[in-house]
Amino acid sequence: MELKEKLVSSFLAFEEEYTGANDDLHKIRNQAIKDFETIGFPSRKEEDYKYTSLKSVLKENYSLFPKKENTIEYKDIKKYLIHEIDTYDLVFIDGIYSSHLSSTTHDKIDVCLMSSALNKDLYKPVIDNYFNKIAPKNGLNALNTAFTKEGAFIHIHKNTMADKPIQIINFSTGNESSLLLQPRNLIVVDENSHCQIIERHQSLTEHPVLTNSVTEIFADKRAIVDYYKIQNDKLSASLIDNTYIQQKSESFCSVHTFSFGGKLTRNNLNFYQRGERIDSTMKGVTIIEGKQHVDHNTLVHHIEPNCESHQDYKGIFDEKSVGVFNGKVVVEKEAQKTNAYQSNNNILLDDKATINSKPQLEIFADDVKCSHGCTIGQLDEEALFYLQSRGIPRKEAGGLLMYAFANNVLESVKIPEIKKRINKLIALKLGVELGFNL
Amino acid sequence: MLKVKNLHATIEGKEILKGINLEINPGEVHAIMGPNGSGKSTLSSVIAGKEEFEQTEGEILFENTEISEMDPEERAHKGIFLSFQYPVEIPGVSVTNFMKTAINAHRKANGLEDMPANEMLKKIREKSESLEIDRKFLSRSLNDGFSGGEKKRNEIFQMAMLEPKLAILDETDSGLDIDALKIVADGVNKLRSKDNAVLLITHYQRLLNYIVPDVVHVMIDGQIVKSGGKELALELEERGYEWVKAEKAV
Repeated sequence: MELKEKLVSSFLAFEEEYTGANDDLHKIRNQAIKDFETIGFPSRKEEDYKYTSLKSVLKENYSLFPKKENTIEYKDIKKYLIHEIDTYDLVFIDGIYSSHLSSTTHDKIDVCLMSSALNKDLYKPVIDNYFNKIAPKNGLNALNTAFTKEGAFIHIHKNTMADKPIQIINFSTGNESSLLLQPRNLIVVDENSHCQIIERHQSLTEHPVLTNSVTEIFADKRAIVDYYKIQNDKLSASLIDNTYIQQKSESFCSVHTFSFGGKLTRNNLNFYQRGERIDSTMKGVTIIEGKQHVDHNTLVHHIEPNCESHQDYKGIFDEKSVGVFNGKVVVEKEAQKTNAYQSNNNILLDDKATINSKPQLEIFADDVKCSHGCTIGQLDEEALFYLQSRGIPRKEAGGLLMYAFANNVLESVKIPEIKKRINKLIALKLGVELGFNL
Repeated sequence: MLKVKNLHATIEGKEILKGINLEINPGEVHAIMGPNGSGKSTLSSVIAGKEEFEQTEGEILFENTEISEMDPEERAHKGIFLSFQYPVEIPGVSVTNFMKTAINAHRKANGLEDMPANEMLKKIREKSESLEIDRKFLSRSLNDGFSGGEKKRNEIFQMAMLEPKLAILDETDSGLDIDALKIVADGVNKLRSKDNAVLLITHYQRLLNYIVPDVVHVMIDGQIVKSGGKELALELEERGYEWVKAEKAV
């Protein structure tokens, strides 16, 4: 049976098992499965998926409802967490919340579970206001919505700084021969509030995993949200990350995506600016090899005047790896004085490596500053010679240059431990020992 | 120390060096002067091992070892240093971190452990102070946004840190004002000893007022056509290169 049919026919059983009290949710889900049935999975015929085929990841016979038992302990997962600092942790194992590995709170901020938020009256106003409000209608979002069950629910109340970063970590154990995971996260940051979030998807074995994750983020006036995605999964794991952010006036939101591993990774990242003087920042470093595939598909929708957006994506591609950058910036007629900056720089280390880079600017306002630049190159021979002439061996010199190339993306990372972790991962990926941290 | 014998080199099939002979002994300072396009910079790049150039004939002996087939880093480990005419900008790597990496690469190649951090810092402080380099400068990205003079001074700083046996300075004087020139010359003079040698590549005589050469060579069209004492530099400054060409034609 095709995955699509299997999903559609499983929906009824899923709904029956679901005991939620919220009637509206039943309606949303039923509508979503109908939408998925009509739209289906995206194919390469669609412009947005021209360079990324999901075919190879959809052919597995995924298990949809994994067994509940697992024997994962903290020592098994510690290295995947930013454990050097104190954090709130939401840990999911095969899609199921692990209370003994997590640390939640309801003290001034809510860091808890989507399942409880969906079922408890206390959270109903938030769910009614925000759940499934900005994820655009497409096959993948509809599928996730239909099967929404678990994920992170984060609500930072007005005038509050989250006192520590929040980690959302999804593990897969390999207890199933192959597994489809669909986490659903909702993050609401009220006026004048601030939070930092770290997200990671990690399989613990070589069994195939496909994750179709949807995250909706709402930043109210003057809110600050910094989001870090660490993607360094096994070669058997694929991820379709759908993240949608709506910002109100004077809010700052940034998303850093570090893509170092996985079979296929597709990042759909949309920013919707609904207010003035908004700042949206998207940054990414991709370093892959073998037959790995990483696709960044971004959209910034400038709707009102005096807003900014910054995009800076860097990629290093070795062997037969494939990268895609498709960055769309829409500036509406009312969005005068928009300042939109986009840059995508790539290094290809092998004749067989590929990068497809496609900036798309749709500008309807006349008084705006919009720039975009894209470079694709090899390592600079003159710079290599310079470093070699100082006694640095060619391999290490290449590593140093690539490290320097990726580094400015790290400059805006505000959590030093993340910077260190990413530094290490980059050095490891490039196979160099640099003897220092930048 | 350095013996270059009948050296020929080409780039993209075009011959630039057409039979260079040059011998530099420990303790000596040699200057190579010549008009633009005579092959001076090519000679320095070929000695340092730049792969873009193909050495078609001849030998390069450094301390009696043929180095023609060696990678640039191996030549550096043996004690050859090239100060670049156009130092490369490397954003994201600080001068200090770059220096640590370079020094430890030398030590590793010579079978030594990494230099202890305090020793490294002390050395960096000493050398930078003697070259009147501001502390802030050391935490900046290598050559990134440096002025012409700062880049050249940074080259000399690297030289002072690496303490090479043979320092080749490729037009290190160009783009320097007189104060910077004095500091750079001072840095080079401090390195001079009976065991070290310096090869200066320059257009102008003025650097040679501060770093006094033992031998001056004139290079024209890929060959060394005349060699002499320091007074040759003055004569070249006064009369240009035409007379050397004419003399050679006779």
